[in-house]
Amino acid sequence: MLVTSALISGLGLGSMYGLLALGFYITYSVSNTVNFSQGSSMMLGAVFAYAFTVTMGWPLALAVVASLALCAAYGIVVEWVAIRPFARRGSNAWLMATVAIGIVADNLVLFTFGKEPRGFPMPGLLSGSIKVFGVGVSPLQIAIPIAGLAMAGLLHAFSRRTRLGKALLAVVQNRDAASLMGINVGFAISAAFAVSTVFAGAAGILIAPLFNVHSDMGTLFGLKAFAVAILGGITSAWGVMIAGLLFGVIEALVTALLGSSYTQIVTFSLVIVALAIRPNGLFGRAEVKKV
Amino acid sequence: MIADKIPFAARRSFLALSAALGLALALPAQAADTIKIGLVTALSGQSARAGEAITRGLTIAIDELNAGGGVLGRKFELVRRDDEATPAKGVIAARELIFKEKVAVLFGGLDTPVSMAIVPIVNAEKMPFMGPWAAGTGVTHNKGNPNFVFRVSAVDEIVDKAILQYAQKTFNAKKPGMILINNPWGESNEKGLTAALAAKGMKAVGIEKFENNDVDVVPQLTRLKEAGADSLFMVGNVGPSSQVVKSLDRMGWKVPIVSHWGPAGGRFTELAGPSAKNVHFIQTYSFFGKQTPKGDKMLTMLKAKYPDIKGPGDVTPAVGVANAYDAMHLAAMAIQKAGSTDGDAIRQGFYKIDAYDGLIKKYVKPFSPGNHDAINENDYVWTHFVDNQILPVAMK
Repeated sequence: MLVTSALISGLGLGSMYGLLALGFYITYSVSNTVNFSQGSSMMLGAVFAYAFTVTMGWPLALAVVASLALCAAYGIVVEWVAIRPFARRGSNAWLMATVAIGIVADNLVLFTFGKEPRGFPMPGLLSGSIKVFGVGVSPLQIAIPIAGLAMAGLLHAFSRRTRLGKALLAVVQNRDAASLMGINVGFAISAAFAVSTVFAGAAGILIAPLFNVHSDMGTLFGLKAFAVAILGGITSAWGVMIAGLLFGVIEALVTALLGSSYTQIVTFSLVIVALAIRPNGLFGRAEVKKV
Repeated sequence: MIADKIPFAARRSFLALSAALGLALALPAQAADTIKIGLVTALSGQSARAGEAITRGLTIAIDELNAGGGVLGRKFELVRRDDEATPAKGVIAARELIFKEKVAVLFGGLDTPVSMAIVPIVNAEKMPFMGPWAAGTGVTHNKGNPNFVFRVSAVDEIVDKAILQYAQKTFNAKKPGMILINNPWGESNEKGLTAALAAKGMKAVGIEKFENNDVDVVPQLTRLKEAGADSLFMVGNVGPSSQVVKSLDRMGWKVPIVSHWGPAGGRFTELAGPSAKNVHFIQTYSFFGKQTPKGDKMLTMLKAKYPDIKGPGDVTPAVGVANAYDAMHLAAMAIQKAGSTDGDAIRQGFYKIDAYDGLIKKYVKPFSPGNHDAINENDYVWTHFVDNQILPVAMK
């Protein structure tokens, strides 16, 4: 029972880490940069969804679509403001700039949304508790990993089947050649950032009913998701998603079996050990440098 | 150097001018001649409501005192700073209030870690510090000699005894488990609860910690359930406490929860859902039920001052308001007894207070060199949330 409940908790949280980490993967593949404020993007998803459903009374489906659209817009802003001006000049200052824009977003939410954590009502369909192998869980906890894997699947299909997806893949393979073939590289990179913040926003909306909505709800998630992205080998989409699930499950198992005092010590030590053995992550490939 | 090229006379007149300007700027502050009361608490973040409650308690008391002409012929003025619930920010704010604003008494907020960080500074600077909320035992039981820290609030060590006593009496608890926030406040209560249990020859079946931003506390709670816990002792602020309640709901584990006063700090029912009412927690005051004339007067004043307060249910968290109100009056009495705003004189002034008919109780000799806590186990009230109101448990 101890292990079963830990597995279910872990898979739920793990797929959240995975979704955020996929965002890191997407932008890294396309532009070699990442948005370090993925935690804030996640928080924005939850805050927008709260504002649309609870404050303005919109139907949930409409609120989710609108929130994700706003998250996409935020991603584009991040790319324009915090990435493009620096990456263009070959500077690494985007590292700090993306952290900064996240702090700005957190504080803007603090001012506008308010200082108190708010409860996101559980959608009627998912309320209550069901028994899985004798362990009581919320239906949402089952829905979260399914939604997470579905989104990873969608991303896969998108990059293989659509024009924009193929354009993104072309930019990943060779930026200059893609540009020569008439692909708008700047647009492709913006699109990648939009997709990455949509993933984070979706994670925020999915977790909101289980958690509470407040301006710094994403900070720790963003940090863990980056660890997950590195652990998975930031160059493999499935690797990142699996690393997320693995991280979540290990975290929950350590808490359940050894006690909560050991959770952070053991999980992060394991990350270090894993990276020492496989420096390019569990599923990553070593970068080939042509000289 | 440029200064060398300016004629001496010109430099001298420049100096004189700047001195005059400086004096002119300094004058208005002195002319007002108020006694400044500093407050360092969370005014933003998850505990913002608690900081606002302390502010309101202090403001009502200060309005009352000022209407009566103040103390030592001077009126009081409140100067607030936000510590964002972080010790580092609290220390900066405390230093600013002590050195720049030159407050006479410094009030603390609800976070024990922040107060613990400020304690060494106030003891070194001989600055009287009054805690209207943070309950960590070590806040007043510190190594300062002399000790400048006083408190009108619950004390973990005493609360922990009360938690055990209440759990035994109300829920016939024999095998309690602890679920504590992983910070100095949780640690302070782990010691207190363990000692309280040991005094009765008992032991917790398990002690589990959880983080401020934990989404799922099921793994920890499952451990306690497997260990055979028949009741839970919970310590945590409102956000994390609600995660414990939601996790219990998901597990379908209905277990009595006896809690420190964390849930009082915000919208517990909204965050934790319908099971919020099952959490019984400690308070020092409730504005519900029959009030003393002082309580009635306080409610009237709060309603007049703050339009959002329409009844007792809107005075939340009540402990912040009540503790701060009594603490401010006691501090004013200490200044009166001291006859000046000298830090050490005020410290001794606290010992000289004979009696004060306060909101929470009638204080008789509330402070002595051996006791810097004005509130004890006989002053606690057990409450729970019913919808959005904190009601005494017996009241329906």
